Amino acid sequence: MTVISPMRSVRPAPPRSAAPPSAGVLSKVWRRISSLGGALALILIAELLTRLELLPAQYFPPPSVVLGRLVTLMLEAAFWQAVGLTLLGWAIALGIAALIAIPLGVLLGTSELVYRATRPIVEFLRPVPSVALIPLVFLMFPPGSLDGKVFLAAFAATWPLLIQVIYGVRSINPTQLATARSFQIGRLRTFFRVVLPAATPYLATGLRISATVALILAITGEIIMGAPGIGLEINRARQGGDVPMMYAYVIVGGVLGMVLNSGFAALERRVLHWHASQRGGTR
Amino acid sequence: MRLNRAAYLAAEIVTPLAVVLIVLWFTNAQPSFFLPPLQDVVAAFIGNWLFALVPEHLVPSLARLFTGYIAAIVIGVGAGVLIGKVPEIRRQATPVVEFLRAIPPPALLPFTLIAFGTGDAAKVILIALVCVWPILLNTVDGITGVESTLRETGESYRIGRWDTLLHVDLRAASPQIFAGMRASLPLAIIIMVISEMVGATNGIGFFIVQAQRTFAIPDMWSGIILLGILGYLLNLVFTLVERGALAWYHGSRADVR
Repeated sequence: MTVISPMRSVRPAPPRSAAPPSAGVLSKVWRRISSLGGALALILIAELLTRLELLPAQYFPPPSVVLGRLVTLMLEAAFWQAVGLTLLGWAIALGIAALIAIPLGVLLGTSELVYRATRPIVEFLRPVPSVALIPLVFLMFPPGSLDGKVFLAAFAATWPLLIQVIYGVRSINPTQLATARSFQIGRLRTFFRVVLPAATPYLATGLRISATVALILAITGEIIMGAPGIGLEINRARQGGDVPMMYAYVIVGGVLGMVLNSGFAALERRVLHWHASQRGGTR
Repeated sequence: MRLNRAAYLAAEIVTPLAVVLIVLWFTNAQPSFFLPPLQDVVAAFIGNWLFALVPEHLVPSLARLFTGYIAAIVIGVGAGVLIGKVPEIRRQATPVVEFLRAIPPPALLPFTLIAFGTGDAAKVILIALVCVWPILLNTVDGITGVESTLRETGESYRIGRWDTLLHVDLRAASPQIFAGMRASLPLAIIIMVISEMVGATNGIGFFIVQAQRTFAIPDMWSGIILLGILGYLLNLVFTLVERGALAWYHGSRADVR
């Protein structure tokens, strides 16, 4: 039985992202490439199934056809315009959400009384699915406008960020605040030097979640309400019977989601390299 | 201290009441087309959802929601265990999973519409397809994060494979699996609603859009409020289930502190 306990310390540490020597880089690149075998195999199977008409090609075009369509799309200005409009709506919505959620979250998190007073309202509004507001947006904004989808995405993206900021501000070790006070550090400086750094991990996580949510709702707005962007193009392709184009835009949506997500995750690692607790959270 | 607690409690009760009163006053003082008087909305809510339209719209919505969500749990945990247990599969599957889960869920709505039609099956498939990823990824994380000491202890006591899987691996991973399920729940509600807004004949999403199209604004608001209450209640139920299922975990953590 005593044999088991030392095993713990023997376990290899998880790989670090710090740059290894060049030989390590090469093997890392190889690992990356070789791990794509599964994806490649899946694509080949899909190609085979659709070419052999085991899946109805009418609904499931072969991946090669979809990729070909994607390439031709990328030569058109309309494609980049759609991508740009989706990203624009996403960025504005996330910006609005941050402008609302961060100051409000700090306010609600700082004062116990304000926190208690607003908690029931926040707890009730938070789980309201933002898509419930789609009909209202239909009525209040002209059809197909950018504003409608921005409103929807901003509304949805505000909540996760707000909750994270409140938790972040409330998670501060009271000793730190007391220390700052006993050194007679001013309120503003305490805020920037103590409160904000302590809340940053929560803030970063909240931003990453909100970024994903904002993209989801922006594209929802495009698909359901016809706001311009890749969602509208997906719907147009479906209605026009251009199935490969529809899949091509779905792939673009996945690429956008992946790029934004890994971008924010990288930012999180960068900003929080000092913060150990960041490792191993839930996704 | 005691006075403080009373003040906090009062604040917790008074503010929501004040908000309701302000909404009531505002919607009556400045009646607008979009914001009908609150009492009209309440009347519409009582007329529609207590319980006249419940069998027609709420029940099918909830049935689709739960079927899709449960399918996502079964598939997500099953595949997650497989991917988490076999390193080579994990290596090959990670890029695929990372890509598929990054696709914004509503972008898949047109896909299920053309591939599976507008019936219940298409909606359930879409809900499952979207909810499966957070559950799967968290299961993988949970399974790979199981302390090797636990497994080795199980081995040295010659506990069988199935029992190890059930009582060691899944048990140890369950906090993470629940975290994934929690992340999936709001997604399930979102997808339920939007799948009912396009090509449906019943459901809450269908009802809200229909009310909006016929300019029955109090009805529309009653549907929005119903969705709010639904989101709140589902979250509450989930929290209770999680607390019950993970009581051992929270207990052990409280011990450590």
